[in-house]
Amino acid sequence: MKYLEEYRDPEVAAGLLREIRRVVRSPWVIMEVCGGQTHSIVRYGIDRMLPGEIELVHGPGCPVCVTALETIDRAHAIAARPDVIFTSFGDMLRVPGSRGDLLSLRGRGADVRVVYSPLDAVGIARQNPDRRVVFMGIGFETTAPANAMALIQARRLGVKNFSMLLSHVLVPPSIAAILQTRGNRVQAFLGPGHVCAVVGYREYEALAARYGVPIVITGFEPVDLLEGVLMAVRQLEAGRAEVENQYARTVARDGNPIAKDAIAEVFEVTDRKWRGIGAIPKSGFKIRWEYRNHDADRLFEVEDIETAEPAVCISGLVLRGLQKPGDCPAFGTTCTPRTPLGATMVSAEGACAAYYQYGRSVPSEAAE
Amino acid sequence: MTALSERDGLPYASVRFGGVTRDVCLACQPDVVPGDFVLVHVGLAIAKIDRAQAETAWQVLEQIGATAEVAVAPDGGGDDGSPGAGTREPGS
Repeated sequence: MKYLEEYRDPEVAAGLLREIRRVVRSPWVIMEVCGGQTHSIVRYGIDRMLPGEIELVHGPGCPVCVTALETIDRAHAIAARPDVIFTSFGDMLRVPGSRGDLLSLRGRGADVRVVYSPLDAVGIARQNPDRRVVFMGIGFETTAPANAMALIQARRLGVKNFSMLLSHVLVPPSIAAILQTRGNRVQAFLGPGHVCAVVGYREYEALAARYGVPIVITGFEPVDLLEGVLMAVRQLEAGRAEVENQYARTVARDGNPIAKDAIAEVFEVTDRKWRGIGAIPKSGFKIRWEYRNHDADRLFEVEDIETAEPAVCISGLVLRGLQKPGDCPAFGTTCTPRTPLGATMVSAEGACAAYYQYGRSVPSEAAE
Repeated sequence: MTALSERDGLPYASVRFGGVTRDVCLACQPDVVPGDFVLVHVGLAIAKIDRAQAETAWQVLEQIGATAEVAVAPDGGGDDGSPGAGTREPGS
């Protein structure tokens, strides 16, 4: 059976590279949507193995990176309350808000806890009935079923002291926004394999048709990514613009129906502001009225917060594929994973963190 | 994936990730059985790995490798006659 290790096989990768070199005729710009794909590409040096005609640019698929600064600041205000246990995935703790991060807030006495799963946060609420337990529910469609299950479970078990501060975002509206950006260079996409494992890829078929752009749903291992690039290049060279599924061992066209039902039960689509990108219509989820008693946005009054981003940070341009981490004057100097100025330097899925972690400390032009 | 269990009315299983074993919620993949491979995200199994698709995919990859080998030999190139990697749509 071939599931994971085989997709790191150097000989298979070499065969794909030879085939890509054989097929490519023209210069093409391809965006990998997901931050997990970005990390794999930078870790294995895939972008540097490809023929010069192909440029890979990094997409917005890092949920921590695109969570709006207002949401981060709101999370800090809630977490600072003495009656609250604030729970979150670990990579959220170092994301800089306007006034520091959750980790430093914890250092000042706030009860901030890292959980592996949102369902664990429901368990913490049951063990602490005299405290208000808030989970920071961020993520793309991949994370939405687990967050939905936590809310369904809290309601079913009557865990009244559990709520969620939700900031869910959706991939297809961000792809549309990138394609509508003035100066867009992206000609094809490696689609997000794990997102599509949940929701399927029918919506991507509409995008491919509307914008005339090839989209290849792609996995995360080196062989997956090289095959995704090959499939995208074949489409580009042939003038096709379709959705193809490289990640068929995991992704079905209709995704996971049970997961989609759970999402629909708890969430509805809403407009969302993306950090570094701006407002995108119908690009996120909010908690349905029926679950309002578990919606931290409704339950906690927070004073108006004036947000402030560091002027030097170019993470918004990086997230839209317009610049690369090495183009930033702060990269690797005043901005490092220990002292991040922007969320793209924090997250395990952030492009700046990937470049730093794997030694890409020189400007992209010099690296070519 | 190994042993099945239940917690607060939800199905769970022990899942081995390399050398680490974790309890994973199966609420969105209730039909998996011990021995299956699942994709897990933040404690929830969101997909089951399709063994038949995996085998087919691997055969396509091997064919691409073979085609590329031929292509680098003298006069071995030409039109893209390799099996279409993009033809592997799941059955819908």
